[in-house]
Amino acid sequence: MPLANMLSITSNTFLSMLIWIVLLLAALYFARKPFHRAMGSFSRIIHNAMRLTAASVLSAEKKLVQRNREVLMAAGLESAERLVEREFDRINAAVVRDLEGYPNIQRQLSELTTRLDEDYSQSADVPSELPNWIPIIESIANIKQSGDSMVANMLGEINRTLTEQHKASIENYRSSNAARHSILNKMLPVWRRVQKALNDIGKSIGNLNQRAKSIDRYMDEYEQIRMQSDKAARMLSSSSLTQFFIAGLVLMIAFGGALINFNLIALPMSEMVGGASYIGPYKTSDVAGLVIILIELTMGLFLMESLRITRLFPIIGSMDDKMRMRMIWITFTLLAVLAGVESALAFMRDRIAQDMEALRQTLAGVEQAKAATSLIPTVGQMIMGFILPFALSFVAIPLESFVSSSRTVLGIVAAGALRLLAFILRLIGNLGYYAGRLVINMYDLIIFPSIWLEGVITGSKSKTKEPVEEQLFEDGGITEEAVDNFNDTIEYKEPQE
Amino acid sequence: MKKTIAIALSLILIIAITGCSDSKSRSKGVYMLLDTSGTYALELKKAQSILNYLLGVLQPGDTLAVARIDTGSFSEKDIVAKITFDERPSYANNQKRAFQQEVNSFVSAVKSSKYTDISGGILQGIEYLNEQGSGQKFILIFSDLKQELAKGYKRDIPFQLQGFNVIALNVTKLRADNIDPNQYQDRVTKWHAEVDSGGGTWSIINDLENLDQIFAN
Repeated sequence: MPLANMLSITSNTFLSMLIWIVLLLAALYFARKPFHRAMGSFSRIIHNAMRLTAASVLSAEKKLVQRNREVLMAAGLESAERLVEREFDRINAAVVRDLEGYPNIQRQLSELTTRLDEDYSQSADVPSELPNWIPIIESIANIKQSGDSMVANMLGEINRTLTEQHKASIENYRSSNAARHSILNKMLPVWRRVQKALNDIGKSIGNLNQRAKSIDRYMDEYEQIRMQSDKAARMLSSSSLTQFFIAGLVLMIAFGGALINFNLIALPMSEMVGGASYIGPYKTSDVAGLVIILIELTMGLFLMESLRITRLFPIIGSMDDKMRMRMIWITFTLLAVLAGVESALAFMRDRIAQDMEALRQTLAGVEQAKAATSLIPTVGQMIMGFILPFALSFVAIPLESFVSSSRTVLGIVAAGALRLLAFILRLIGNLGYYAGRLVINMYDLIIFPSIWLEGVITGSKSKTKEPVEEQLFEDGGITEEAVDNFNDTIEYKEPQE
Repeated sequence: MKKTIAIALSLILIIAITGCSDSKSRSKGVYMLLDTSGTYALELKKAQSILNYLLGVLQPGDTLAVARIDTGSFSEKDIVAKITFDERPSYANNQKRAFQQEVNSFVSAVKSSKYTDISGGILQGIEYLNEQGSGQKFILIFSDLKQELAKGYKRDIPFQLQGFNVIALNVTKLRADNIDPNQYQDRVTKWHAEVDSGGGTWSIINDLENLDQIFAN
């Protein structure tokens, strides 16, 4: 029996339809309250479930943020400790260097002071004064000549003798003064040396002052980190992000270097291990080349660790100095040997490439171009082969920064992802809630003739007795929370849990 | 701890063993048949350029053999030159030079044969490449594909061409083909069908500019 026949209550289609609509509206009207309750419950379930999940996610995010902060602070403390330690090392070195020389300087200064004192004393010796010949000569000269030639001669002789003695005395006086001036002149470089020694001491003390100021600054930062202040957290977080990107950039550059290095040695390695064997899907020669580069990187890493430049392996850093020195020499020697091997491989690569090119030209039937006589490409490749392993050994430094900063960055990213997830969950919860309301309103819209009729029949009194849909939703007390903020959510939901 | 070390060592051993055994399966084996019958012998100059291309492309560990198609080609004596290149590139380069010289000498002194036994050549190629154990096997037929067997020669044996790529090169059109192109089509179709029924892959390269299609797949 077709459906149309089943629906036909009367012979008049329009009448049948009208009856069906009335029946349907009546049925929907009677089902209205249960439907409202069911829909309200369903939307509340979605809303509350999503909000609870969001609260849980936010709680996890909060814990993660706290953990990140702890990691950041720990890293910051370690870094600050390293800085302070380094400054103390420098101060120690400066103090040892300067104090070691201090007794020597003191002795020098003492000697110089003694010499200055002696010189000063010597220069203070007053030369003997000129004899008071002049009045005697004048008195003799004033003696009246009696005409006696003998007397005249005697007087003349006295006059000459006195004049000569006077001249000699003047000469003596002058030379004595010259000697004093000479002593004073000699004092000048001594004074300068004293001044230089004092300046050196002044510089050393100034340097120590500067270091002490740096230590004060680092100690302030250390204190800030120890107190786990927000300022320190912001500073460390920003520093960590910068480190992450810079270290990432340097690692990418190093990767480029490693790639060039690989290309330098992959072809000649096929001459050593064969070009036709494979390990898995990769050529054995390529794997061998890669292994050599990785060994070089490892040696570089150990070298940097032994030099205490990086601290990726605490066991190496904590070795005693003798063992550490041995390790430095072993890793450096291995690195040098590998660099030598690479250089030789680079040379071989050049020869193989030339041979291959010659073969290609022969096979192509073209006249063979004269081989380039310049040794520059060959030597260039050899130098590159020798230098790159050493250059790659410095990768340890950005690698350490990258590893340490990636912890923080990954933490920040994970926290952001959790926050986003919580937002999406809350959004879904709210959408579910409002979708429930929408469905209820749509339901009422569809059966509005019944509601209108109910209003007409029962009047305004009964309206107040019936629970309207807002009341259904308010029962759960969730209408207002739909627009609250994230921070309140945990506080709001935790009692429910 | 000991268990972990044992597992790690076993893994390394497995990788090493599979790595070693992998080398053969990755190598290429090329068996090139040169038709020396009738007027087609004049085309052999072109075969030299194909061979030069092959020598340039093949890698250490690969196998290359050149054989002629004459009255009875199912014979080792028809193999003009054969080589498996050394694993070291520098040695392989010297081998390639020597191989080229050998083939050049053959081409300059070749005498045309009365009959054309292509099937015999293919059978010999299958046998040779299977014996070498190459991973990828190629039989290149440098011929007009017109088979003419001498009286008494039987070549109705089906080919066993699983894993083989059979490539016809420089399939020239004969005078009769120009008069009736169906003859050319029939010839090509016949060989195609025979290779397909043997489980091999068939293709034709007439333009020698497209030689890179030999190893394209």
